[in-house]
Amino acid sequence: MSDDIIAVKPVTTGDMQKSDVVNAHTGQKWAYSQIVKEHFFNPKNLLLEEPAPGQFDARGTVGSPACGDVMDIWIKVDPATNRIADLKWKTFGCGSAIAATSMFSVMITEDGGRTLDEAVTVKPQDIMERLGGLPNRKIHCSVLADKAFRKAVNNYYHATGQHDKVEVEGARVVDTRLNITDKDIEEAVLEGATNLEEVQKKLKVGVGDPEAIPDIEQLIRFYKEKYYGV
Amino acid sequence: MIKLPELPRRTVYLDNAATTATDPRVVEAMLPYFTENFGNPSGLYSASRSASDAVQSARDSIASVLHCRADEIIFTSGGTESDNLALFGIARKYGNNPKWGKHIITSQIEHHAVLLPTEVLKKEGFDITEIGVNEHGEVSAHAVIAAIRPETILVSIMYANNEIGTIEPIAEIGKAIRQWKKEHDRKPLDPPFLHTDACQAAGVLSIDVQELSVDLLTLNGSKLYGPKGVGALFVRRGIQLQPQLVGGGQENRIRSGTENVPAIMGLARALELAQTDRESENTRLSELRNYLWEHAQRLIPKLVLNGHPTNRLPNNLNFTILDIEGEAALLYLDEYGISCSTGSACTSTSLDPSHVILAMGKPYEFAHGSLRFTLGHSTTKEDIDHLLLVLPPVVELLRSISPINLSVDQKQEDIALRGAFVEDGVPHWMANK
Repeated sequence: MSDDIIAVKPVTTGDMQKSDVVNAHTGQKWAYSQIVKEHFFNPKNLLLEEPAPGQFDARGTVGSPACGDVMDIWIKVDPATNRIADLKWKTFGCGSAIAATSMFSVMITEDGGRTLDEAVTVKPQDIMERLGGLPNRKIHCSVLADKAFRKAVNNYYHATGQHDKVEVEGARVVDTRLNITDKDIEEAVLEGATNLEEVQKKLKVGVGDPEAIPDIEQLIRFYKEKYYGV
Repeated sequence: MIKLPELPRRTVYLDNAATTATDPRVVEAMLPYFTENFGNPSGLYSASRSASDAVQSARDSIASVLHCRADEIIFTSGGTESDNLALFGIARKYGNNPKWGKHIITSQIEHHAVLLPTEVLKKEGFDITEIGVNEHGEVSAHAVIAAIRPETILVSIMYANNEIGTIEPIAEIGKAIRQWKKEHDRKPLDPPFLHTDACQAAGVLSIDVQELSVDLLTLNGSKLYGPKGVGALFVRRGIQLQPQLVGGGQENRIRSGTENVPAIMGLARALELAQTDRESENTRLSELRNYLWEHAQRLIPKLVLNGHPTNRLPNNLNFTILDIEGEAALLYLDEYGISCSTGSACTSTSLDPSHVILAMGKPYEFAHGSLRFTLGHSTTKEDIDHLLLVLPPVVELLRSISPINLSVDQKQEDIALRGAFVEDGVPHWMANK
């Protein structure tokens, strides 16, 4: 996909003025949909005070400030129905991280809350669809919301003794010499890399093990198909 | 539920390092060359001669500001093209001569218009040395000289940095390179040459190429209240460049393409105007800038200045607001009418944080939370007061939703390998570094 902006609605003349981001070096424009702006300027379900003991059952944190994104999610589960009774979050993140997590929190808690089984099936694409699209390069921000949630749910299962329900997304080492995992490749593709050279550029490394190339290329194709359908 | 504070809106443009508004007097100088005097300067008839005379007058005027000869000015499409022409032009001319060599010296904080050409040149077999900077973003002339080798053909160091405003000691570097040549039996017009990107400095500092002892200098119209899409490259007479655009042979066959006459007239007029009230405007802007920094520090805890405290462009202020992400802050400020810029990864196409802030030894977190405010002719004290009204509550709001709490004394090495991107590894763009 060559177009940088997917399914973005035109900037409308609502009461909010346009807030497109323009890169000073490249002049590239990132347009945000009206829904993204609404969630960015009025984020829902934020945790603004220290949680009281027992207010939540589990917490999940992913990311690092060095990467520019930290996501922290707290959940409360109704044990009778297995539904998410409450979800609150905090973030150190950009506009789309704030908007995507806000939307994710709404999707998980609306209509009486999703069951845990339903909730873990919410994919980044579902969040993007509800947001009216995000710039391609920023999709990883919404991936972060569901990752933090997944961690919180796993922590809930551990805390309640349901260890068999824990699902760990293990990273598989593809290039043994440089220790590149399928996760690394997934990240690179999510950030817009479309071929081996671009993935190497994103990862700031070459390929250590030449025998890994077919495997890496296959993973690039797999993730391209998974996230962009191409 | 959080809400944006109820505050007034005011249009405040504080991104003059990105581009400036075109001065109406510049527009006036350009207008006749669109519809009346539109001839192609290459022709022989009178309309062409008149266009050609106009371009010559612009060249003369720019040459007088640079204190050089008119035929040492090559007009280009802007700063990027001038930088590319300097790097590729010298490298591809001298680099293939066995008498010289394939080594180029530059700094870690150059603009991408210099850094990316060096990446391309690496693939063509050139060896590139990137000089580091100190904690304030200063390049040392001593370090440059220490990096010179017999095969060095070009040194490219910017005059003032676009992100942090730090001014580099170009004259000192220029003199040191000349001294090196004397000591190594090189003639003045033998390599290594000194190129400087003066896009940010041109309207503010002296660009006398003799005083600076530079051999090539990049200029750009859109940073000094001139039009976009026009720039110039000063190339000292006797230094050869491999043309990067070939065709009609304009600009002494170095840069083909019909001259952009109105833009060239605008560039010359903008440079002329910049010279007239340079001193008084510099004083006014640095006072406003200092006022902003002083009060921002008073009103907002945990700010860290990026760049040199005094040796910086008078209109530039760049600081990091710890614990918040720059793009989010930028978008909130925009909502109140304020335009600024950030070194956050989120606004770069590569999603890498500012290479300039990292080069100064600051942690990645500092780059993500950095904001740059660059003042200009239109900036008033009322504008700065509006920013000082809006910024503290925006920071407070974003900090209230942020899960992190950094220390202002944090060092790069404290954090470098600690964090995770999504799982528990190192950040993806640092993997296996």
